[in-house]
Amino acid sequence: MNLATTDPLLVHGVNGFGVILLILVIKLLVGFAVIMGAVTLMIWFERKAISDMQSRIGPQRWGPFGLLQTLADGIKLFFKEDLIPAEADRFVFKLAPYLALVPALITFSIVPVGGTLHIAGHVVELQIANPPMGILVMLAMSGISVYAVMLAGWASGSKYPLLSSVRATAQMISYEAALGITIVTVVLVTGSLSTHDIVTSQGGGIWHWNVIRLGLVPFVIFWMAITAELNRPPFDVVEAESELVGGFNTEYSSLRFALFYLAEFMNTITMSAIIVTLFFGGPAGWVPPVAHLKWVFPIIWFLLKTIIFCFCYIWFRAALPRFRYDQVMDLGWKRLIPLSLGWMLIVAGFLIRPAWGLIMAAVVLFASVVLGRAFALGSGRESGIDSVLPTIGQRPTSAEALRAITDGEET
Amino acid sequence: MSNPLSFFGGFKLTLQHLTRPRVTVSYPEHKRPKQPRQHGRHVLNRYEDGMEKCIGCELCAGACPVNCIYVRGLDNPPDHPVSPGERYGYIYEINYLRCIHCDLCVEACPTQAITESKLFEFSFTNRADAIYTKAELVVDDQGYPKHLPWEDWREGEAEMTGGWMRATSPAGEAAYEGVVQWTGDLGAGVRAPEGGQSENRDDEATGSKQLRRAFFKHLQPEDVNADQRGLPGLMNEMKSKMPKMPKRRRKAKEPS
Repeated sequence: MNLATTDPLLVHGVNGFGVILLILVIKLLVGFAVIMGAVTLMIWFERKAISDMQSRIGPQRWGPFGLLQTLADGIKLFFKEDLIPAEADRFVFKLAPYLALVPALITFSIVPVGGTLHIAGHVVELQIANPPMGILVMLAMSGISVYAVMLAGWASGSKYPLLSSVRATAQMISYEAALGITIVTVVLVTGSLSTHDIVTSQGGGIWHWNVIRLGLVPFVIFWMAITAELNRPPFDVVEAESELVGGFNTEYSSLRFALFYLAEFMNTITMSAIIVTLFFGGPAGWVPPVAHLKWVFPIIWFLLKTIIFCFCYIWFRAALPRFRYDQVMDLGWKRLIPLSLGWMLIVAGFLIRPAWGLIMAAVVLFASVVLGRAFALGSGRESGIDSVLPTIGQRPTSAEALRAITDGEET
Repeated sequence: MSNPLSFFGGFKLTLQHLTRPRVTVSYPEHKRPKQPRQHGRHVLNRYEDGMEKCIGCELCAGACPVNCIYVRGLDNPPDHPVSPGERYGYIYEINYLRCIHCDLCVEACPTQAITESKLFEFSFTNRADAIYTKAELVVDDQGYPKHLPWEDWREGEAEMTGGWMRATSPAGEAAYEGVVQWTGDLGAGVRAPEGGQSENRDDEATGSKQLRRAFFKHLQPEDVNADQRGLPGLMNEMKSKMPKMPKRRRKAKEPS
């Protein structure tokens, strides 16, 4: 792709630029409105679904079925006092919520929501932006949203948010590796980074969807890794209420807290959409042979698939207990990263020639056996404090000295 | 390690819960039946002849763990005595900002003067209203608790004062279960003993049967028949409601 075919100014000339700009602005506005509306609905949906799973009623006071509950909560938060702790780093403290919200918004812009539309002689793709680097935008933005959590925890000047931010940094960075490698497998079979191309390459029926074409494993890894990226249950050690009060946003109140909250749910929707885009063909699906409905059905398919994944996140939250922190690290480093790496090698091998694929599979199998042996040896090793420090008797205060202190005659 | 498929048990269970009836109710519109021995707002009882039971001994104030009761006794005026004994409760105040409804005062009372009603829905909006004096606590001339404007009495509840006392008085000993050890009250007369923890309790009379039925489906889902549980249960229920279709097509296919 060169500049002459992508830059709207060069393609359509100066006269066409106004229309292009108008279309872009409309797309932006519609996209913004849709994602904001979707977030409010998602918050309602999550609360309602999880209350159903826990045999509760859930929000029911505002609007039919409690649909306006999110709005009421938003208004409440809007009028709350905006507190900044005395110990806080004020600038960073104020910056962090925007670092959470803006990446969440930007990530959604690369998701292809539907097919293409023809308006006034212009071909309009139903996605806000189709940059050539495509899916890398999502990786970059999830990289930035780590900063939001990290800086929020750091700038709060409080210990629980700080602990949370330390966890967040370690967790999100370690799962980003597995995430990136699985995306590489998708990009390998597509041959392009652009999300539009990724979707169109999966267009020819259900057998062309990446989830089947790549053999399910990358999808499962991606799903786990993205759940960890989102800090959603069962990977929500970052905001483990039982350990860290409220996690990184403990000290936030009012509108700043609302921004974090909004970003979290926006990310949930966006990542569901990204999963659909990468592995489930995005808007691909059966389209009726009616001329005027051809553009509607892809959108419906896309929404349907996304809602299913949104529901799955809620389901996880209801069904699964939270991982321990070391389990999170174990899963990320010892299982997901080697597995995704090995699967990428196999996929790459098959793309060259089936023989290469088989060779790669053998290599990966051998490597996994070696790795498994190494892990077994590692877990059998003596661990804990005794493996680092000498035992009690050899510590600076000897056992006799300790006994003299504790059993000595009272004076 | 157990069956690896048991990992998905949680997912199955949560999905099944979607179809189960809700445990919670939408409170102000729909209210659960109360427990037969619920501790609520106190009442000061009177004898059947209208005399007050309180003798101003201050044992309740002594027993109170949060010091919310303030009592002062006074000698009965000889010409118009308030209580049948020597002294009567001249001042009796309970601070409901402090009261934890532990019922220790009821246990301590030697004359069953103070008992607790079932009322818990009384949210006052100023501190002065929180302190109930004799004017509010003593039952009226018919023997019913006085109803204050901010109190939300349910129907038939006014008679249900003293549930705990009726179960295990005196001093809460199980040996006295079912034995009347209390004097009659104005209006209610001598109250019947209430079934306690033993087998000869009468759930129908105390209202706890209704409550147990409300909780039944959730506390013991295994007791619900297998064809009534979860999604299959819902399907079965819908099937039973639908009119039965005559099986015509199958007969037509059969060679005659």
